[in-house]
Amino acid sequence: MATTETTPGAPENPGAVAPVIEPPRKRTARTPRSTRTNFELFAWLFMRLSGIVLVILVLGHLLIQLYLDGGITKVSFAFVAGRWSNPWWQVWDLVMLWLAMLHGANGLRTVINDYAERAATRAWLKALLYAATVFTVLLGTLVIFTFDPNIS
Amino acid sequence: MPAGTMYRGREGMWSWVAHRVTGVLIFFFLFVHVLDTSLVRVSPEAYDTVIATYKNPVVNLMEFGLVAAILFHALNGLRIIAVDFWAKGPKMQRTMLWSVVVVWVVLMLGSIYPVLQHTIHQLFGKG
Repeated sequence: MATTETTPGAPENPGAVAPVIEPPRKRTARTPRSTRTNFELFAWLFMRLSGIVLVILVLGHLLIQLYLDGGITKVSFAFVAGRWSNPWWQVWDLVMLWLAMLHGANGLRTVINDYAERAATRAWLKALLYAATVFTVLLGTLVIFTFDPNIS
Repeated sequence: MPAGTMYRGREGMWSWVAHRVTGVLIFFFLFVHVLDTSLVRVSPEAYDTVIATYKNPVVNLMEFGLVAAILFHALNGLRIIAVDFWAKGPKMQRTMLWSVVVVWVVLMLGSIYPVLQHTIHQLFGKG
């Protein structure tokens, strides 16, 4: 920047009152309904809080499934049945399923909002995302609650 | 791309890109993973048949890639939280990113045998 240029907005006479600039995201009566809530704030906070919990839940899950006792080799129906006979691991997996799906869905929502430029494309992609998320969360929940070790 | 318009975001930008890419990959794996686990409600044989594909050396290598993506996303996620909530976070973001990279490399080196042991035994015999 050239040194002779003045900083935009800098007072030309120091005694004058600074001009009032309206905040760019100030909510007015004309603000669309969808941006009148604190949804984005809660989504932002949820990503951080769920992220901390997921670090523990997912790394613990990886350690058990992929590292200990032969890694992936020991994973089988019998192994799953053994783990889900303990309510601790049922709750662990249930919480992990819900948090990971919501964390991932919100992340992909952000990605879609960033890259899909046409409003209709955004709407369709997000509809698909929400449908797939609801289906997967419900399916996973159903499987954890209705698991039958004696199925044949 | 017009000259002079390249965004030089350096480490902060690239960690953001890597966080997005790993996040999307992990999310798509999660869909598949819930579906394959749901086979326990079909029959033990159906589940074990699909889990057998996870023990294929090529898929085993993809599991190593999944671990790499998850570990980076987890470590960098903690860094983002520190940037947002820790007073010194923004100032320390670059230092923290390189710490994330170092910890990630150490954990990945330590993961080679535990995660890939099935493939190692299959390819080189049970030594």
